[in-house]
Amino acid sequence: MTTDQFFLMRHEILLVAVGVIVLVMDLMTTPATKHRIIPVAIVLFLINTIIGFLPIETGKIFGGMYRTDDITILMKNALNIGVFIIFLQSAEWLKNHEEKFNSYGAYFFIVIASLVGMDYLISSGDFLMFFIGTELATIPIAALVAIEKAKIKSSEAGVKLILSAALSSGITLFGISLIYGTTGSIYFAEVSKVFDGNSLQILAFIFIFAGVAFKISIVPFHLWTADVYEGAPINITSYLSVISKASAFFILIILLYKVFYVIPEIRNNILYATSILTMTIGNLFAIRQQNLKRFLAFSSIAQAGFVLLGIIGGTQIGFASVVYFLLIYVFSNLGAFGVVAAISNATGKENIDDYNGLYRTNPKLSLVMMLSLFSLAGIPPVAGFFGKFFLFMSAAKQGYFILVLIAVVNVTISLYYYLLVVKAMFINEQENPIERIDSDMYTKIGLAICAAGILAIGFFGTIFDFINSKAFGSM
Amino acid sequence: MNNLLWLLAIPLVTIFVLIFCNDKRQYRLSAAFGMGLQLLYSFYLVFRYTTERSSGNIEQMVFMHEYKWFDSLNIVFTTGIDAISLALVVLTAVVTFTGILVSWNMEKLPKEFFISLITLATGVFGFFITIDLFTMFLFYELAVIPMYILIGIWGSGKKEYAAMKLTLMLMGASALLLVGILGLYTYSSTDVNLLSFNILDIANANIPVDIQKFFFPMVFIGFGVLGALFPLHTWSPDGHSSAPTAVSMLHAGVLMKMGGYGCLRVAMYLLPEAAKELAWIFIILTTISIVYGAFGAIAQKDLKYINAYSSVSHCGLVLFAILMMNQTALNGSVLQMISHGLMTALFFALIGMIYERTHTRDIRLMGGLMKIMPFLGVCYMIAGFASLGLPGLSGFVAEINVFVGAFMHTDSFHRVATVIAVSSIVITAVYILRVIGALLLGPLDVEHEFETGDARWYERWANIILIVSIAAIGIAPLWLSDALIKSLQPIIQKLQ
Repeated sequence: MTTDQFFLMRHEILLVAVGVIVLVMDLMTTPATKHRIIPVAIVLFLINTIIGFLPIETGKIFGGMYRTDDITILMKNALNIGVFIIFLQSAEWLKNHEEKFNSYGAYFFIVIASLVGMDYLISSGDFLMFFIGTELATIPIAALVAIEKAKIKSSEAGVKLILSAALSSGITLFGISLIYGTTGSIYFAEVSKVFDGNSLQILAFIFIFAGVAFKISIVPFHLWTADVYEGAPINITSYLSVISKASAFFILIILLYKVFYVIPEIRNNILYATSILTMTIGNLFAIRQQNLKRFLAFSSIAQAGFVLLGIIGGTQIGFASVVYFLLIYVFSNLGAFGVVAAISNATGKENIDDYNGLYRTNPKLSLVMMLSLFSLAGIPPVAGFFGKFFLFMSAAKQGYFILVLIAVVNVTISLYYYLLVVKAMFINEQENPIERIDSDMYTKIGLAICAAGILAIGFFGTIFDFINSKAFGSM
Repeated sequence: MNNLLWLLAIPLVTIFVLIFCNDKRQYRLSAAFGMGLQLLYSFYLVFRYTTERSSGNIEQMVFMHEYKWFDSLNIVFTTGIDAISLALVVLTAVVTFTGILVSWNMEKLPKEFFISLITLATGVFGFFITIDLFTMFLFYELAVIPMYILIGIWGSGKKEYAAMKLTLMLMGASALLLVGILGLYTYSSTDVNLLSFNILDIANANIPVDIQKFFFPMVFIGFGVLGALFPLHTWSPDGHSSAPTAVSMLHAGVLMKMGGYGCLRVAMYLLPEAAKELAWIFIILTTISIVYGAFGAIAQKDLKYINAYSSVSHCGLVLFAILMMNQTALNGSVLQMISHGLMTALFFALIGMIYERTHTRDIRLMGGLMKIMPFLGVCYMIAGFASLGLPGLSGFVAEINVFVGAFMHTDSFHRVATVIAVSSIVITAVYILRVIGALLLGPLDVEHEFETGDARWYERWANIILIVSIAAIGIAPLWLSDALIKSLQPIIQKLQ
């Protein structure tokens, strides 16, 4: 392996570099100056994000264990943007919880470590890399979920996450071992050649699917989601619901398209059933939530159900529309979480009722929240509409009209609860609404990026065309 | 100048200007200026359209422009108009402008009000000028969502319930519609790479009858809910009566026409075989709509509810006419859309003005208003007469076309349906005359201290503009219907 090949892993190398630099610089700070690491980390990460967009060669190394192509690079860039926004949104929270941190470097390092895991996961070319990536992505996050040691909910969430992650890893590993046992290989390319769909292999597929479904929290593997989302600090919640979910979706597509394409009927039936379950149950639970973090948790479960519609046919356009949707989802969900974080940081309030009359006191925050929720609900002209439309379109093209009908009915249901929040902010009145909040600059920039993304992405059709040109269909 | 995007650019610029305004006078002046400009531009378009046609352009759609959007999906934002959509564009411009005039004294959050109202109007304009289903659907939803905010914040009565009900029902309808549109797209061509959302392309595709029959109900109901199709009309009375004046005007006057237009342009034109086979179901439903709406209006005591039910009846007539599938009836349906749009806007405007002075909408508590507000009283009478189809006003022209067209069918099913529908004229006369009697005539009710004073200048202008339009169509309908019939030809040919 030459150096050139080594640098195919540019995204991962850069991330590790940023993480290490942050950690080393953090050593030089004193308790009085520890907050200075925040802008350093954010700027370094911004540089990393920008470099990620520079053109780079694609290929595979380690004998196909690691591979990159244009669409994985695109996905990694999307994740980078998402994490950048999360870092911006975390700054205020970190400052508010000064006493919990001896240094802030650890926070950034742990998130970056987990992101490295996700990048490897996305790029994995065999099941070993896939497994290592999953673990590296999850375990650091469990530490962060439990970071508010004094809060019992936070510790509970940490334990829940680590236990369920361990269980799902076990299940995945079992599936992988069945694959190895029946095909004699763990490389995607080789497995797919000898994969003939015998019953052991189907069992393996179901186990591996279940493992990934855990990460995405597809019903019936979603039970950990709400508690973990509620207990975790809000920035970690947004990380889990956006970045972690997006990367798991991506690898799911790769697995379905590149390895398990031999059994399209089983694949499609499973996807059909789980997508209906996921969106319906996610929606029905979301209606009843009062806590906004739980609310967004269930709404993100429902969103996952919609995404499955894109994958079901195994088409190129489906792949493209999923990636496009995930890109939009990063901005819309982070916008919503950003507003919740800003308000929670300033007042500690997280319930929908607390938002009554928010528009009078905080018009800008309310508008960003409304845009994000409309984008999640799929209302034009914001970007979420296009994302959902294309998902449904790719399913409809394959003839799944009934499934699309169920999905759009679910969209209407989801609109109901998104409107409840809009109603609280704009229509309901309250004697003591949340007072005017003056967020710090980082939060403002973060929310501005989200709003700009939500408003602009749909109007530039070239973004979709670009993704589509890089995507591929099931073998 | 005949680029139809101006119809979207003017409202958007107005919204942009409104964001930077900072007192009540500036808000209303910029809103009125922007929408006034829009009105003038729509008249200019009429002029351009007639010159274009008289110079021998016989294309189905004129002023067509294509804007590539999502190239890889073959989604092209295509604009173009014919006489039908042009007439509805002018209607929208008139109603929006008068709506702004009526809201001249908006006290509560005026900036947000005008922005939402104009956003809504933008959605409607976009809907009428586009000829591809993707953007049509986009604009449909864009027009519905501001409604939630408008009713929720500025409404009255059980506004939150009404707003939620309206939004969810219309969005539920759009869910059906979405499936229908995706179906049309999927079968628009046998070549997977040539699939298209363009209405003119889909019209040339021969979609198999079985598939048409699967999608026709979805598309027709999807649009039909917006056109208050029985039994899915229940959002409309609640929504209309809770909405603020200008919003009721736009909603009953314009938004419900999107339903009729969509049924005509998409359901009937693109799925003609299924339309012929399945029309009977919807003829029954629309006949019920017509009669039920009229009876509903008799039973109501609240002025806005009366008018809302009367809208159900009149919009039922639009869909009824569309389902009759011949030239006279289709012509009547478009005329009825315009006519109903104008007169219902006038009605809601007047109800708002009367309410502002009497602080009640209950007809039992009012009486003799003619004595203290003669201008408004006369306007109300004119609106009423237009509504019950007095010759010389637009309602007559529309209804006579609809019923004559419907009666041209010789089979007993159509005849019976027509006869039942015609009976609504009598019922309409009952509730209109009863309201006029109770509201305007008789002794002045002294128990209420009416805020005396007749219409102010902006209210006068709003009323005058609407009445002139109604009378113009009533007196010289041929000018309009000639143009309409030419544009209806492609649709009629498909339905023969």
